[in-house]
Amino acid sequence: MRDDESSVLSRFRQGDMDAFEALFRTYQRSVFAWVLRIVRNPTAAEDVTVEAFWRIHQAHARFDPARGFEPWARRIATHASLDWLRRQKPENWMQPEVWQAIPAAAASDAAVNAEIREKTALAFGRLPPKLRAAALLAVVEERPHQEVAEALGITVAAAKLRVFRAVRRLRRDLSEQGIRP
Amino acid sequence: MMRDREQGRVTREQGAERTEELLRSVLQKVGDQPEVDRDLWPAMLRRFDEESLHRVSRVPWFDWALASGLVAFAAIAPRTIPVILYYL
Repeated sequence: MRDDESSVLSRFRQGDMDAFEALFRTYQRSVFAWVLRIVRNPTAAEDVTVEAFWRIHQAHARFDPARGFEPWARRIATHASLDWLRRQKPENWMQPEVWQAIPAAAASDAAVNAEIREKTALAFGRLPPKLRAAALLAVVEERPHQEVAEALGITVAAAKLRVFRAVRRLRRDLSEQGIRP
Repeated sequence: MMRDREQGRVTREQGAERTEELLRSVLQKVGDQPEVDRDLWPAMLRRFDEESLHRVSRVPWFDWALASGLVAFAAIAPRTIPVILYYL
């Protein structure tokens, strides 16, 4: 099995389309899941996943089989997701399917009323995409900082700093609107 | 003075924690393995097809200019066509 995988990886590196298809079928779910954590819209996540695999295919010659396919694919998918976030207007975060429960709506916290939820979602949407992605992965999805840093292509310290700055800016924005978390 | 500074730090930390809590309550966790509704391979193949079509339109402008120049030259002086063909 291990030999099969390394053979597929080395054939992919040489530009073999069958090897690419095999990798696509193996990793499309995990890449989709990762992208969905950032873009938070299932339809957009499908498009970004395809875009990420397109970039993966284009970059096949730069792939290092020794470093593993999934972390590399995840990093490319993160950049494709960031590009998608950059193209979106902050108001798009007001669309319920983006900021409400994914995949299923859980019972909302009674202490947090609809107005605060809306204002928080909008304020979060105003954060720069890099800070938003770091906060989504580390705070909302509770992924380890190491994993977040690898996906963003930065150091662990830089990832922690991005999360810190995202929370601080969000808190400041909410305070200006009279919401004191 | 020191106590005020320490108290400020604790307040900021608590505020940050509450902001994180608020964010978690607004944006629900996606979870570990959300299911993709459909196989994305056909969409991937469509992306390859689109890209091969775009590649045609991505011919550098100077190639188009050279081709246009040759056509114009051939239209103005049709007798040069065999000469151009000879050198192609």
